[in-house]
Amino acid sequence: MSKKLYLDNAATTRVKKEVLDEMLKYFDELYGNPSSQLYELGRRSKEAIEKSRKTVADFLNAEEKEIYFTAGGTESDNWALKGVAFANFNKGKNHIITTKIEHHAIIHTCEYLAKFGIETTYLDVDRYGLIDLEQLKESIRPETMLISVMFANNEIGTIQPIEEIGKIAKEHGILFHVDAVQALGSVKIDVQKQHIDLLSMSAHKIGGPKGIGGIYIRKGTRIDNFIHGGGQERGRRAGTEGVQNIVGFGKAVEIAKRDFDHHIERLTVLRNRLIEGIKNNIPDVVLNGHPYTRLPNNVNFSYKFVEGESILLLLDMEGISASSGSACTSGSLDPSHVLLATGLDHGTAHGSIRFTISEEITEEDIDFTVETMKKIIAKLRAMSPIKNDEDLKKN
Amino acid sequence: MYTETVMDHFRNPRNVGSIENADGVGQVGNPKCGDIMKIYLKINDDEIIEDVKFETFGCGSAIASSSMATELIKGKSIQDAVELTNKAVIEALGGLPPVKVHCSVLAEQAVKSALYDYSQKTHKAIKGLENYKPEEDEIHCH
Repeated sequence: MSKKLYLDNAATTRVKKEVLDEMLKYFDELYGNPSSQLYELGRRSKEAIEKSRKTVADFLNAEEKEIYFTAGGTESDNWALKGVAFANFNKGKNHIITTKIEHHAIIHTCEYLAKFGIETTYLDVDRYGLIDLEQLKESIRPETMLISVMFANNEIGTIQPIEEIGKIAKEHGILFHVDAVQALGSVKIDVQKQHIDLLSMSAHKIGGPKGIGGIYIRKGTRIDNFIHGGGQERGRRAGTEGVQNIVGFGKAVEIAKRDFDHHIERLTVLRNRLIEGIKNNIPDVVLNGHPYTRLPNNVNFSYKFVEGESILLLLDMEGISASSGSACTSGSLDPSHVLLATGLDHGTAHGSIRFTISEEITEEDIDFTVETMKKIIAKLRAMSPIKNDEDLKKN
Repeated sequence: MYTETVMDHFRNPRNVGSIENADGVGQVGNPKCGDIMKIYLKINDDEIIEDVKFETFGCGSAIASSSMATELIKGKSIQDAVELTNKAVIEALGGLPPVKVHCSVLAEQAVKSALYDYSQKTHKAIKGLENYKPEEDEIHCH
């Protein structure tokens, strides 16, 4: 197999050529420290950062001074939660509401905050991965300081009703944080319309470099600074800026904005072709996530009676890269917390495979993937002692 | 992550399938933990394992461990088979990543479980299986 098919774009993406071209001169030509404002080399770096900041701000309908660059989505999530918690928990606010399907950057941070007496409510999701707005309302307490809900899920692609959640948060005077790492560039984000106070982003999910991301912090939000040091990022996130990375992030956002409609339209067609192809060609599969309120690049199925790591190894032999929610691939004993939260039994969750496509993928690639999966699943099922749903449910 | 031998046994597993009217059948593991192994034995009057087949639900190393275990006991006496250890399976595979060692344990258990079934059916005691207990109901994923 000579052709390589990269179908793991929710893990990371190839840096776009235009992005790389834009970044390169900030390594060896325009290498000034943006804090060195007394000579041109420094000023040029500063200008480049501010240009990126404006691009990102415009894309979210935010103001430039509300955008801060960070090391990525995980840092932004940490800043949002710890920053809000530490700024508010001495004022009688000790409660956070989030969901059971958040990224570990949120869940593990909430678990850490418990050390300081901060309680977290984890909202349930239905079988499609959607939260229940009534349960959200019922979970609100006088002490609730923050609601944190991801815009779209990284594993199953389900898109939450962010605007409705934002309204509820606003009505109750509670801050609203949105982890938009997977949604950026694939879903319309408007922090005003959607009443978002804090929003996490990452560059490498949209064709930008790794190690850079950002956070939107609505002006006036009560939140502590995160990295203490020099005066960078208006004194709120210290450390010499990774200028070339910020430039790359800005360029990736500029492209995402430029190609937005086309990107969604094209990927949705390919995604649906893959979903239909798998559904129509392979028996005993379960689509994970919402049938249509889902990211345009995400296809996640569970293949009953087989295990995910085996599928991934056989896919790799055919040149296809994907990912799985199986315990074998997570390094833990349990399959994905997201799949379990949607009500899947462990056995079925172990057999899940996520494909996340990009603009580089063609219809032929999709059809090849379906054909390959058909063969792989048949091969593994032939050697599985589990033959039906009853076997699967045992224990 | 896996050795060449593991990948070879995963890609081209030996002795896949089932045996009708097998003299001993053993199944260990469960779907919750993500791996199940089932081993079928055909044992002749001289107590030699004439044929062995396996069915496995699990990751690459689970399939490779099952395949290797069946190779190691095929044509052997039941006494040799009962002495098969997970270490022998790991060695024959050229090593397993530490998080996958439990797959070799499962393979050893599956063989023992099939031999236990044979001894129950034939009322023949097998030396080394005196203390063997079939899997208890309680689930502990490894």
